[in-house]
Amino acid sequence: MSKVADIVARCGTGRDACIKILQEIQVAYGYLPAEALRYVTEQSRISLRQIYGVATFYEWFRFQPVGKHIIRTCHGTACHVNGARHTTREVQNILKVKDRETTPDGLFTLESVACLGCCSLAPVMMIGSDVFGRLAPKDMRKIINEYKRKNQPEAKQP
Amino acid sequence: MSSHNGNSHWRIAVGLGSCGVAAGAQALYDQLAKRAAPARVTLEKTGCAGLCHREPMLELYSPEGERWTYVHLDSAGIDQILDEHVGRNQPVDHYLLSGADRAEGVRRFLGKQKRIVLENCGQLNPESLEAYLAVAGYQGMSKALKEMTPAQVITAITASGLRGRGGAGFPTGVKWKFCSEAAGDRKYIICNGDEGDPGAFMDRGVMESDPHRVLEGMVIGAYAIGASQGFVYVRAEYPLAVKLMGRAIEQARAAGFLGERIVGTSFSFDIEIREGAGAFVCGEETALILSIEGERGMPRMRPPFPAQRGLWGCPTIINNVETFANLPWILRHGAEAFAALGTAKSKGTKVFSLAGKIRHGGLVEVPMGITLREILEDIGGGSSTGRPIKAVQTGGPSGGCIPAELFDTRIDYEELNRLGAIMGSGGMIVLDDTACMVDFARYFLSFTSKESCGKCAPCRLGTQRLLEILTRITEGNGTENDLQTLKEFAVSVQATSLCGLGQTAPNPVLTTMRYYMDEYEAHVRDKKCPAHSCRALLTYSIEEEACKGCTLCAKACPVQAITGEPKKPHVLDYTRCIRCGSCLDVCRSDAVKTE
Repeated sequence: MSKVADIVARCGTGRDACIKILQEIQVAYGYLPAEALRYVTEQSRISLRQIYGVATFYEWFRFQPVGKHIIRTCHGTACHVNGARHTTREVQNILKVKDRETTPDGLFTLESVACLGCCSLAPVMMIGSDVFGRLAPKDMRKIINEYKRKNQPEAKQP
Repeated sequence: MSSHNGNSHWRIAVGLGSCGVAAGAQALYDQLAKRAAPARVTLEKTGCAGLCHREPMLELYSPEGERWTYVHLDSAGIDQILDEHVGRNQPVDHYLLSGADRAEGVRRFLGKQKRIVLENCGQLNPESLEAYLAVAGYQGMSKALKEMTPAQVITAITASGLRGRGGAGFPTGVKWKFCSEAAGDRKYIICNGDEGDPGAFMDRGVMESDPHRVLEGMVIGAYAIGASQGFVYVRAEYPLAVKLMGRAIEQARAAGFLGERIVGTSFSFDIEIREGAGAFVCGEETALILSIEGERGMPRMRPPFPAQRGLWGCPTIINNVETFANLPWILRHGAEAFAALGTAKSKGTKVFSLAGKIRHGGLVEVPMGITLREILEDIGGGSSTGRPIKAVQTGGPSGGCIPAELFDTRIDYEELNRLGAIMGSGGMIVLDDTACMVDFARYFLSFTSKESCGKCAPCRLGTQRLLEILTRITEGNGTENDLQTLKEFAVSVQATSLCGLGQTAPNPVLTTMRYYMDEYEAHVRDKKCPAHSCRALLTYSIEEEACKGCTLCAKACPVQAITGEPKKPHVLDYTRCIRCGSCLDVCRSDAVKTE
């Protein structure tokens, strides 16, 4: 819990630090582990009630661990008119997961997001911090396979 | 800007805004950093020039100060520029923005623009305070703090006619006056960078490309109302903006533009960044305040307005990024210069983010009063698909659709309201004739119903019901009765919701019903989608001549309605087809036809 202690020390112990603390915990762990949240309530004036309220209100927070690569498919207006629905459905078909689900091998988590702000490249998808633009459904398999290949055992050899 | 550094260096500035990075600019920058000899080339970063459709791009400055713009770059292009242009002084035509066509395109893209907010965007290094100071940075602020009283600053901003650029268009000076007169020792100023409208990215562009400008605007506002603490609220989806604003705050503090006794005056003020966490409703000012307080962002009734009772109960001013970015210019050039631009009631310029089916998408800044046609055709270069532009949607989920017949309308707050749309934050999405307006309204309602915070029933339940009806219609199950109900619901949600989200959520429905009723009727009466977009209303077939027998469609079909042998044309059985369109998505030979 020393990581969480550092975060609370950095962000403060008042109620107003709640969102900031949760953001940092999520950066550190990839999600909000229950033990970490209980620890926060012991160290600060933030209650579990407030934490749960905030964490369920804001889209950003999650209580489940995520896959190695988070695939964010953009559903902003520009992406929508350029066919984001169809590209996203193709990703769902390929990975056999729905929105906000993780593949059984723990490699990918799918998340549709409101707008990534790269509207002139629509439709857009991010895998981790890599951005892919001007997509079509038929591009998706190749892109995903690329990430699958990178994660095969032999690819890990230096 | 051709301020070169005096020696025999070449200078390369790579556009590293989010859209540049998304198009691959970071890899090109790294390649340059690795390859370019530091003795010959100085490498710099800049933000977004607004020409998003030409990313990734860079500016090359010769030792003589001559400027060359390279666009649509790739790795081979970087090698060529270094070898041929820097090495042998031979410009690389293939990537150069100077072919007759391209130069004309850029002249038209920039020609009708008037850049105030974006004047430095793409021109200077957003990580450098010196670069900002070199273009009169912080002079507007110094003038306000040293030569004017807070009341004089408010009078000047009121005289300039500046109105809030976040959407509602309330006069900035008037709002400040309320706050400056409100009782209380402690006051706050907040910069709203929670740019939640899908399709709007000007705030991101400004924060990433010219962050000090936003800070300067905030100091001016803080001085005017007497605030001692400010917050920049940035949405978490903009990590680069968070990083660059944070760096700018540190630089400004170190240089004495923030903190105790700013530029030697008795005025003290500091700024902190708060990141959003993915809630559209937090763009609403009372929700944003709660979010900064660490709570669920659920709007409350106004009055009292935040200018009287805001953050932690203290008088608080919330202005949008673009509003703040106007202030340094107004202070430097005077209120009259700003008021000289625009129309009777809407002064100055407005930044629009142009996207959708448009050739030259990106950030454009135009004087108020320009026509939509000028923006779309002269600046935007018309349709990107070769198909006619059918409508433009302004103001995001709170806005409305404006049909092509009305493109000669002059853009200002009042005119857009008259058409049923709103200025909003300035998102402008262009639609061609393949867009179904019913589906488009459904799209926005799926967004607003999901983003409704749930506090008030009209918005929580109303947006849900509107979405259900629209979904029914796009799936071919709508009735004539639905159209009547849809309209009645939309009007009551508009009239009875607590905050702006609910009050404006029906706008996309009402404007599409106003201008495209025939499309609604075709969906419910004839079960047809005139734009061929609603998949449940299409009939699919496979064109024998075009089909190569690759078997992809047969594999993709969830109900085995497609049969055929490999390398021979496939056949679709209409009676089994569930009209999901999977075959259409996977076909690589355009053999799947719809009607």
